[in-house]
Order: sequence, then C-alpha cells, then structure tokens
Amino acid sequence: MNRVELAELAEAVTAQQQSCRMRLLVCCGTPCVAAGSQAVVAALRERLAALGHPADLELVGTGCQGPCSRGPLLTVLRPGQPEQVWQKCTPELAVSILEAELQQSAFPDTNLLPADWPFFRCQTRLVLANSGRIDPENLEQYIARGGYDGLAQVLHEMIPDQVCDSVVQSGLRGRGGGGYPTGLKWQLVRKSSGSRKFIVANGDEGDPGAYMDRSLMESDPHRILEGMAIAGYAIGAEQGYIYVRGEYPVAAQRLRKAIRDAERAGLLGSRVLDSSFSFRIDIRIGAGAFVCGEETALLASIMGRRGQPRIRPPYPAEAGLWGCPTLINNVETFGNIPAIFSIGPQAFNAIGNGKSRGTKVFALCGEVVNNGLIEVPMGIPLREIVFEIGGGLANGAAFKAAQTGGPSGGCIPAEKLDTPVDYENLQALGSIMGSGGLIVMGEQSCMVDVARFFMEFCLDESCGKCVPCRTGTVEIYRLLSRICNGSASQRDLQTLEQLCQMVKDTSLCGLGAAAPNPVLSTLRWFRAEYETHVNERRCPAGVCSMDELPLHLLGEQLLQRIAALRCDGEGY
Amino acid sequence: MPAITLTINNDLISARQGQTLLEVAREHGIEIPTLCHLDGLEAMGGCRLCLVELQGSSRPVPSCVTRAAEGMVVTTHSDKLVEYRKMLVELLLAERTHTCSICVQNNNCELQTLAAKLGIDHVRFDYLNQQLPMDASRERFALDHNRCVLCLRCVRVCDAVEGAHTWDVRGRGSTSRIVADLDRPWGTSTSCTDCGKCVQLCPTGALFKKGATVGEMRKERSFLNRILERRRLAAQGGTP
Repeated sequence: MNRVELAELAEAVTAQQQSCRMRLLVCCGTPCVAAGSQAVVAALRERLAALGHPADLELVGTGCQGPCSRGPLLTVLRPGQPEQVWQKCTPELAVSILEAELQQSAFPDTNLLPADWPFFRCQTRLVLANSGRIDPENLEQYIARGGYDGLAQVLHEMIPDQVCDSVVQSGLRGRGGGGYPTGLKWQLVRKSSGSRKFIVANGDEGDPGAYMDRSLMESDPHRILEGMAIAGYAIGAEQGYIYVRGEYPVAAQRLRKAIRDAERAGLLGSRVLDSSFSFRIDIRIGAGAFVCGEETALLASIMGRRGQPRIRPPYPAEAGLWGCPTLINNVETFGNIPAIFSIGPQAFNAIGNGKSRGTKVFALCGEVVNNGLIEVPMGIPLREIVFEIGGGLANGAAFKAAQTGGPSGGCIPAEKLDTPVDYENLQALGSIMGSGGLIVMGEQSCMVDVARFFMEFCLDESCGKCVPCRTGTVEIYRLLSRICNGSASQRDLQTLEQLCQMVKDTSLCGLGAAAPNPVLSTLRWFRAEYETHVNERRCPAGVCSMDELPLHLLGEQLLQRIAALRCDGEGY
Repeated sequence: MPAITLTINNDLISARQGQTLLEVAREHGIEIPTLCHLDGLEAMGGCRLCLVELQGSSRPVPSCVTRAAEGMVVTTHSDKLVEYRKMLVELLLAERTHTCSICVQNNNCELQTLAAKLGIDHVRFDYLNQQLPMDASRERFALDHNRCVLCLRCVRVCDAVEGAHTWDVRGRGSTSRIVADLDRPWGTSTSCTDCGKCVQLCPTGALFKKGATVGEMRKERSFLNRILERRRLAAQGGTP
C-alpha cells in the first residue's frame, strides 16, 4: 500500500460508513463482556441475519467506550443525528432499538444516558479517540479514522530530526509515570551510536486498579503500532518489541492480529508505505512480575534473563537491549504520537497545564458512581474528575482521599481536591501521576489499612535484589500490621518513619524507592489517624480489628490477673 | 589513563579515569563498608552498604558502580549514611536466622564483622524467624539458607569465573533463594564442578565445607586474584 492508496481506502470506508442509516456500536471491552455484551451482540446479529444483513445497518463490536460500571454499553450513530448511548443494555433492549429504527418509531428511553452527560462532556479524547468507535481487529476502520496517516506524513514529508523536533514541540512527557520529556528521549537515542537500535513499548501495567494500557491495547492496537513505527523512523530503528503483561491475553492476541494485518497491508515490515523505511514489531509476553514494568528489568526480561532491574547509568538510551541503544516508552506514550501528528504539535501543546501538556488517561475506580476509563486534559482539577466525571461518591458518602499512582503513589486528601492534576502538582502533594490509576475513597476507608494494602503488594512484588526493598518492605508491612491490630507503640511509629525514609533513599530501582510513598503520604495527610490507632487503640473508620494488645499492656494485664488471683486466695 | 580530581570528605583526591568511587576511596584509605561487592567480580549494587552522598544527586549513590568524575563532591560518612548502613545490616540480621554461636563462620564472618564495626548491639526490627531448609546433599560442601544474605557472589563467581553457572536465584522478594541447576538438590547437580569457589567467596556461613565445626571455617579468597591475574596475563599474550 502506498500513501495514495491509504487515502483512497480511508475515503471509501468513510463513505460506506456514512451511507449507513444506523450504526450500532456495542462495547466489547473486558468489563462490558463480563457484564454480558456478547449476548447483546449475538441478539443483534441474529436479528440482522433475519433481515438478510441490510447494507445500511452496521453492527460493530468496539473496544472500551468508557463508563465501565454501566456496561454493557450500546452507542447508536445515525447520520445527521446526535449520538445516543444506552447503559446496562440487555439483548431485548438492543433489539427493540433496532426495531424502532426499522419501524421509524421513537427509541425506548430506558437506560438512555443524557445527551450532555458530564462523564463524556468533561473529557478530551486524543489517545482514546478511536476507543469505542472502531472494531479493534479491523484495520480498515482504523484507517478510516485517519489511522497511519501520521506515519505516511512522517515518512514522506519529514526527516527523522524533524520528527524528534515535533515531539519535543508537543511537550509530550512519558505517560508511564516518570514524566521524562519524550522528545528529549527520542533525540538522545537518535544521537546514540550503535550498530542497531530498538524500540520497546512498555505494556506491563501492574498497578492495582489501573487498566488504561490494557484498554488501549485491546481497543486500538494499531495506534500503538503506528506510534512505534513513527518512533522507529525518528531514531533509526528497524525492530520494535511490545512487552505485554501475561495477564492480558486479549491485548496480546489483538496486537498480534494487528501486526499481521498491518504487515499484509504494507504498513509495517519491509518498505513501509513504499518508502525505504522497514520496521518490524514482535510481542513479548511478561510472566507476571510487577517489577518488569521497570525499564531495565523489562529489557532483561525481553532478553530472556531474570526480570531484575540493574543500576543506571548506563541508561537504555545508551545501552539497552543486547547493549544497543533502545528507546523505551509506555504504550500510552506511543498512543499519543499519532495524535500529535494528526492535530499538529502546536495544537497538542495548547492542551494542558504548566509543564504537563496534552491529555492523560485515568482508570477511575473506587467508591465513585461512574467507574471507568477517562481521558482528561492535564491540569483539570481533581474535584472535576471525582464529582463531575465520576458523579461523586456512591451512596452519598463523603470524600476522604484519592489514591493516584498505585503502589508508587500516594493519597490526596479532601482539602487538596482543587489541585490541578499534572506531574508537578501531584508530586508536590507527595503523590505521583503514575501510569493513571485513580482510586477514590470515602469515609469508610482506613488510611493505615490502605497503606498496608499497598505495602503488602510491594513486598510481594519486590524482586529481591537489593536489601532495603527486599527486607525493608517486609518490616514496614509488619509495623503497619501492628498499628492495624492495636499492638503498636509510639516507638513503632518512629521506626516506621525512619524505615520508610531509608527504603526511599537507598533502594536500587524505582519500585523500592517509591514503595514507601503510600505510607509517607498517608502519614503526611492523615497522621491523626495513625495516632488514634496507636494511642487510643481505635480505628476511626472502623476497619481495623484491633484484636491484639501492645507489649506494655500485655504486661499490665498479666499483673492484674496475678493480683486478682492473689486476692481470691487462689493461684500459686 | 587521564587523571581526574575529586573531593571526598572535604579532601581533594586524584583518581584515574574509569575508577569507581569505591576503588578511589579504598586506595586513599577511606573505609566504605560493602557486602555484595568483591574485587574481581562484576559489581551488582545490591547490598546498598557502599552508598555515598554525591553533591547534586538527590539520593545517595552506590560507590561500587559509580565512576569517579572530575569535580565530584563525595561524602562517604555522614550521620544519615551511617544510620542507613546500620539499618541495612539490622534488616539483614532480622531477615534470616543468623545465630553466630552455632555457625561455622563465627569470628570469620563478614556480616558479623560489619555489625560489630557499625556498633550494632540490637536489632530494632522484628526477626522474621524463617525456618529455611539446609542442603547438605553435596559430598564436600553444604548450603544453609538461614545464613544467606543473597549477595549473589556465588552466582557471579560460578558464572563468570568457573563458567559453570550452577547457581541462580529462584523466587522473588523475601522468598528469593539460591538454587543449583534449576532448583534441584546441590548433590544431584550435573553442572557443579566441585571447585569450591562459591564456598570460599561466601561472606557468611551459608556455603561451607563439610566437616568444619563451629568457628573453624577459614575461607581462602586469594585464588580469585590468582585466576584473574593469570587470565589477564594470558590475554596480554604472556605465559600464564
């Protein structure tokens, strides 16, 4: 395929889509499938088959449409009409919508979401532009939405340095959590000398409650491939790897199909789009280790070694896979690249706040009314995410804290709800942007218990290479457990703080260095809660059991019992 | 080799390009404690005891892998660093069951010496009291997991010097264990050459020669320098 053919195909598919009187988009993202969207698809397909598959009615099984807690979702598109979305769609409801269209009668309004629903209204969808709009396994539908146009533009109109410059201009920063300027990284790898260079997409998302990368890979796999191919051209690499978490088989399968389709169409492989640029992509499946999200551990894992981080420098930009310069970015970062070239770096840079430009995808979950996958411009106040998009807390509970950044992040208290969500502001609060997990907690959550949960996660996921992370996390967990069961003393609280600081300062890689963050941030904002646990042996949220006594009380209890025995004349 | 000048503990010190901070410090008589590091083996940076403060770096850096550079300002001993080192050794003592009184390595143990030098008289953390197995299936040597500090000297020497790669690591985090040949009893290992290098390099009594009673085990480490020196000479074309 060459550039002209690509444009012609896009036009033809768009024309065909516009000729449809009705397009039914059923969300087949994993949460909606779990809620029963396959039955909806089957019922609609059966009805369409009975009608003899009319050409002007199209049924599409899409990737994630967003409000996951309201699945299965059905979006109806009709030319010249506003789009309509039904939540909790049953097979009967879906068929009745189809019948209504056929009979030109009014659509049923059960479960119909309001047209200006804040969940959709407050979002800016760049990375997720195609999620929930296209069949992820259909290359033509991706092309119809401007897919691979960015790659064609880059290959035919720009030299690699210009590509790097465009990414620098866009102000894009790493979406995996580190926030390193992506353009600078590309330039670094471009300038590094090596016989071969590699591109690696990090899809080893592991934070509890986070599923942005999975949704992106499952809903719009071609976008990641296109981003990687553009990066490959920019830095001079001919081989890319996507490292997909082992727990994401659907993502891996869709990426595999996407790679095969793109290679057949001449959009990947040798002589991409009839240019002199060749680029191949392979998939590597992780084996269930959180630490393999750390870049040096991930590279070791790709090379077939034990997934352990190593000390940087040398950074992967100088010596990565097999000692060659390697560009490693998160899949969401790569997902931003086609958007930069479709709207232009300046327009991309115009979105955002301060040094954080563009949008960020969050997995909004916890005690919030609308759980789901959202994409918001950087700098949006946290309040807007929780109360507008999220629709406030379920059952009218009061907001207590929002946890961002997973086990490496921290908790943001209610008084900081107006903080703009961007890299710098979250860091100032002792949390991090992270990869985009956002867990909302209400009054029923005990912050010590939350810290303990994340510490349990970290001690389980530590690779064991360095002492502070391997043993320090175990000891922090033990101290937190003691606070939660009521047997801690003030001294334990002191030791906890010292130990957290030490683990943060001395660990080898980011996992260990960030592991104490949930403890440190809850200590910073909810210290009173820790004090109540220790001094009054009471859990204000009523979560912790408090079923053990501290040592000094144990002694007292023993003395009392002995004294009581003496008075009774028993004992000895 | 070009010379560079850096500041260590307020003294101007000259070093050769390519030297690590640890080498420079030791050459000038500054004692930085280490556990996983051993001259001649590839540095790993796992024990974190050799951390030093570097001006301009927000976190301490491991001196065993950080190369000296012109104009660096380094502090090897500050109150914070000494406290961190104490905590790290305490963490190691709490992690496994280090009972010196019944250990073959008593009085010749690097962990024990470190603890004594750092003035550790008690451990502020909970002992994990793990009940780990012992592997005495090999004829001449034995492995006691309870005394292992996971410095991985054995893994590195077996791989890089002996070339057998008998040892590796199983599991992760605090459940990491040294294993022979994809986790089989050491006695049934087919790759082990019985050379004993791992036993000699082990800083504690985790790997030991059978037949040594408490306090008798002496470890002979000079072989490593001998081998590496001969290799170096051979590589240069001299007679080994």
